[in-house]
Amino acid sequence: MDGDSRASNWKHRHLLGLESLSAEDIVAVLDQAAEFKRLAEQGERKLTALAGQTVANLFFEPSTRTRTSFSLAAKRLSADTIEFSASGSSLSKGETYLDTARTIEALGPSMVVVRHSSPGAPHMLSRQLDVGVLNAGDGTHEHPTQALLDLFTIREHRGDLAGKTVALVGDIRHSRVARSNIWGLRKLGARVIVCGPATLVPRNITEMGVEISYSLDRVLGEVDCVNLLRVQFERQRGAFFPSIAEYAHLFGMNGDRQRRMKDDALILAPGPINRGVELTPEVADGSKSVILDQVTNGLVIRMACLYLLDRAAANAEANA
Amino acid sequence: MSELVIRGGRVVDPANGVDRVGDLLVRDGVVVGVDVATQSPNAQIVEAGGRIVCPGFVDVGSAFREPGFEEDETIATGTAAALAGGFTTVAVSPETSPVVDNGASAEFVLLQGERAGNCRVHPIGAVTKGIAGEELAELAQLADRGAVAFSDGKRPIANAEVFRRALEYADMCGRPVLHHPQVPELVAGGVMHEGVHSTLIGLRGMPAAAEDVMVGRDVALAELTGGRVHLTCVSTKNAVEQIRRAKAAGVRVTAGVAVHQLVLFDDSLQSFDVNCKVDPPLRTREHVEALVEGLADGTLDVLCSDHRPHASEKKDIELDLAPFGIVGLETAFALASQTLVTGGRVDWPTLVRLLSTNPAKLLGLPAGTLSPGAPADVTIVDPNAEWTIDASAFRSSSHNTPFDGWTVTGRVERVFVGGKSKDAATSNG
Repeated sequence: MDGDSRASNWKHRHLLGLESLSAEDIVAVLDQAAEFKRLAEQGERKLTALAGQTVANLFFEPSTRTRTSFSLAAKRLSADTIEFSASGSSLSKGETYLDTARTIEALGPSMVVVRHSSPGAPHMLSRQLDVGVLNAGDGTHEHPTQALLDLFTIREHRGDLAGKTVALVGDIRHSRVARSNIWGLRKLGARVIVCGPATLVPRNITEMGVEISYSLDRVLGEVDCVNLLRVQFERQRGAFFPSIAEYAHLFGMNGDRQRRMKDDALILAPGPINRGVELTPEVADGSKSVILDQVTNGLVIRMACLYLLDRAAANAEANA
Repeated sequence: MSELVIRGGRVVDPANGVDRVGDLLVRDGVVVGVDVATQSPNAQIVEAGGRIVCPGFVDVGSAFREPGFEEDETIATGTAAALAGGFTTVAVSPETSPVVDNGASAEFVLLQGERAGNCRVHPIGAVTKGIAGEELAELAQLADRGAVAFSDGKRPIANAEVFRRALEYADMCGRPVLHHPQVPELVAGGVMHEGVHSTLIGLRGMPAAAEDVMVGRDVALAELTGGRVHLTCVSTKNAVEQIRRAKAAGVRVTAGVAVHQLVLFDDSLQSFDVNCKVDPPLRTREHVEALVEGLADGTLDVLCSDHRPHASEKKDIELDLAPFGIVGLETAFALASQTLVTGGRVDWPTLVRLLSTNPAKLLGLPAGTLSPGAPADVTIVDPNAEWTIDASAFRSSSHNTPFDGWTVTGRVERVFVGGKSKDAATSNG
């Protein structure tokens, strides 16, 4: 499919999560990102697709990687950017979240990228504002661009995702990366195993079409890919496991475990990584690790999302 | 002598086993009887053909927010909303600032109710000082100065020893203890029912077990003490089963259900609508079916509005930060009659029992009946009228409802308090 028909088939003005995307939608993003990556490798790093437009980055939760990535993605497409960061909840700032967002909207962005600690916060903006909304992570709900870049990275190394087995390891309960990955992987036909301490794996997550394992050692040999989720100490209330040492003992990826994986298996981690908890330095810097590829690919994925959302808005306007 | 004849309606008065078409005669604010001839040539006549004429509804535990949170609701606006919903009596929650944990505060509620001049208002006193769950409030003095029951509102009394003493002491005062049965640690930080949908959405869950465990404790302590406990808003299948067994064993336990609990399910939160955030949380269809069965077979005694007004600036925020609760008084009757009666699950006398007779009995009030000599608190409803809920037209100061724009069947037409017409029909659209 060429770029134009890809963009005209994409109908979404907002990117709130992968739950609401079809397999075709997801593939359209991955293909668009691949095209941007190819162009960059040919030296065409700066494109003009969003020239004259403004993208607002609204980060109500601390973020370095995702915010930087979105910001650079917008610049690569020649958009201007507004950067807004507020740590903690909007209430502690005195102004409500919605009022803050409306203030930013008044500056005239065509799209806002939102990160917030509350599930559904971007959905609220998509209903209340007249701009495209990209979810850059809403609490423990979804983180669609992270999942898309994970899918992209796996596809880049291992081809079609259908039939591949992917293990998501760690704090499934509090992970928006896990939820978005599960939706995306299942829609593209991959088998998904979620693996972590029983306190951090909701039993009914099987309703999303995944298998549960409490033993990383048992699933290591059969997976094509492990995605090591960060332990979200900041989202947990109380102790979900007895100690970090015990967590690493059961679920940490180390050299020994790495050697028991298939030769061509991949190790992903959405980061920021806690070396020594989720994985050892040997693994992070080892041959199976594609952690830095993920970061690079995140840029083209976010360019693709901004581009497709902008095209959808333009098409909707043209048809109105 | 002033007389009022409500003519030709279907008079439904479960307290007296009455369910027939007739003329209800009221004299000087008091019910005389059905089909008793009027003695006054100037009697006021109200035509009620095709309508249901029943004792006014009695709500247990509405939050009117005054004093302290008048931006959400006052006793004047809350009682106006009550009338619009067919409620002639409201027992109001003590969750105000200051808390109604002393006689003077109870009298303030009575006084504001009288000043408003809408429906009857009775205070519910706090069980514990400051509803902190630690020390008993002055229950006897509260009772002497008007408290019809004791409750810590939506705050569960976690300490079993405190709850035990509350049951014993309140019973000495002749009052029930109303309790919101939940184990606090199991619902801490929770936003919605724990289940598939909470997992998908990533919102912290409130497991049904949190209610089941506390209902079990409360029943055991009621049995131990002989005291009277009313579980205000139950929401789980297991709670219904435990209450059914406890009643069969003679334990003095009663229970209520919030009307919205019958109409919406936990999947409503998929929309991230803050007006679907209620406590107890919206449950699954399996739980709701058990609630309906419990209401139909008499296991559950009371339907309440669970009216929890919040000014828009408090509710229009992130879902996990927003307060629990929705306004209910103006929609409760229509939603209940449509779901339960039109839906074929209970008959009219049962619905009237749930909305009027039983809550009046729970609170020891001379309401909930059309017995000769009873105060003429009467509600007339058109069971077949369709109307569209318009939150902007609510008499309540707050509009936090998930039902805005819903078209419903069953409408409150006229309300009489002590024989005086309190025009209700103007508000709901």
